[in-house]
Amino acid sequence: MTNSRKIRGYLQQAWLVLLLAGAYGGALAGVQMTLAPRIAENRRRETYQTIPQLVPGADRERTVELWISDREGNPARVYRTHDAEGRHNGWVLPASGPGFADDIGLLIGLDASLKKLTGMYVLDQRETPGLGDYIRDADFRRQFQGHAADTPIEAVKSDPQEQQIVVLSGATVSSSSVCRIINTAIARMRGPLLQSQAAASAAGGDAREQEL
Amino acid sequence: MPDGPTASERFLNGILPENPVYRQLLGMCPVLAVTAAMLPALTMAAATAFVLISANVIISLIRGQLRPHLRILVFTLTIATFVTIADRFLAAYLYEMSKVLGPYVPLIIVNCLIISRCEICASKQTVRVAVADAVGMSLGFTLALVSIATVREVLGSGTWLGLRVLPEAWPNWGIMVLPPGAFLVLGLLLAGVEWWGQWRAERAALAVASVSRSLQGQSGGAAREEEASSWKA
Repeated sequence: MTNSRKIRGYLQQAWLVLLLAGAYGGALAGVQMTLAPRIAENRRRETYQTIPQLVPGADRERTVELWISDREGNPARVYRTHDAEGRHNGWVLPASGPGFADDIGLLIGLDASLKKLTGMYVLDQRETPGLGDYIRDADFRRQFQGHAADTPIEAVKSDPQEQQIVVLSGATVSSSSVCRIINTAIARMRGPLLQSQAAASAAGGDAREQEL
Repeated sequence: MPDGPTASERFLNGILPENPVYRQLLGMCPVLAVTAAMLPALTMAAATAFVLISANVIISLIRGQLRPHLRILVFTLTIATFVTIADRFLAAYLYEMSKVLGPYVPLIIVNCLIISRCEICASKQTVRVAVADAVGMSLGFTLALVSIATVREVLGSGTWLGLRVLPEAWPNWGIMVLPPGAFLVLGLLLAGVEWWGQWRAERAALAVASVSRSLQGQSGGAAREEEASSWKA
């Protein structure tokens, strides 16, 4: 009895908040459903524009979007890049993961043999302005070029050795998050991509991957 | 009998007498962060206006049902909803600009200007007054952003709205497009607005003093005449 009276009391107090939360939630779901395809298309366009920066010599017109099963068997989007003559010269992996404030979305460039990182681009971030948002800067991103793809990259405060990058001052979490996202994405996709490449070359060098 | 300022008073107050930036120092984060150029400043002003007007309308409509201890929760919920709509809209239709503005669009949620208008006006007055208040405050906020962005873009890049207004030989003042430039321009414009306000107040005080002196002179003359006539009698 007491409990039901308590609940009735709460509802009398909070009915407006509950009603508004439901109405706003529905409105936001509608907005998201309406605008999501357009936002996805904008992101796709930006990805294609960035590909020549991520894989040197890549021709964005000849880039092929593929869906490959990752290490856990989940479908993942990858971009197979080609030069102007149509020769396969690299891969671009979209990846995301938690940063300091929100998820960070990255594009990771790899060479055709998946041995070396060729570039990194920040597609999405909401890190602290003036600190963490410097992960977008070319100087920070350039540090990732040339690192081996089969060994994790580590973020250090100073004196970087092989497979290490220097964190941004005041933004250790954001810098380390970028490293973690890159390491996770490569660990997740490198094996399946190598397998798919081997299968393609076994089938006569045909560059068409099985689409899921 | 109105229970507060009228719609026209609310509208006019928001533009200059109670300008959110120059008189109340509200919303300093976007004022400093997005005014390096005119286009981001205008986009931020438009997004803030959309959120402010929408939130004021909703809060005014439900003002009779608001519980005092839950009102801030309702304000925040409403503001957050409209900010998310503005953010998604920018990402869909002004993608490049949404990347330029970055986290500052979601940060509109914590712009004190909006929650203060919900508290001061929308939760107490009619929809008509709430809309007039929101439009006036939005215009005041836009005026502040545009004035700061104009100084910073012209001196920092030699352009205004992307169009060249200073000769090519103009050595762009790099500091103007950097954060210190925002603080410098804001400080100077605040001082200018304050000086102008004081100058107007002094002029008004002088005018009142001269009118009261002349009135005193007239009443003194009349009293002397009255006294003289009573002596004659």
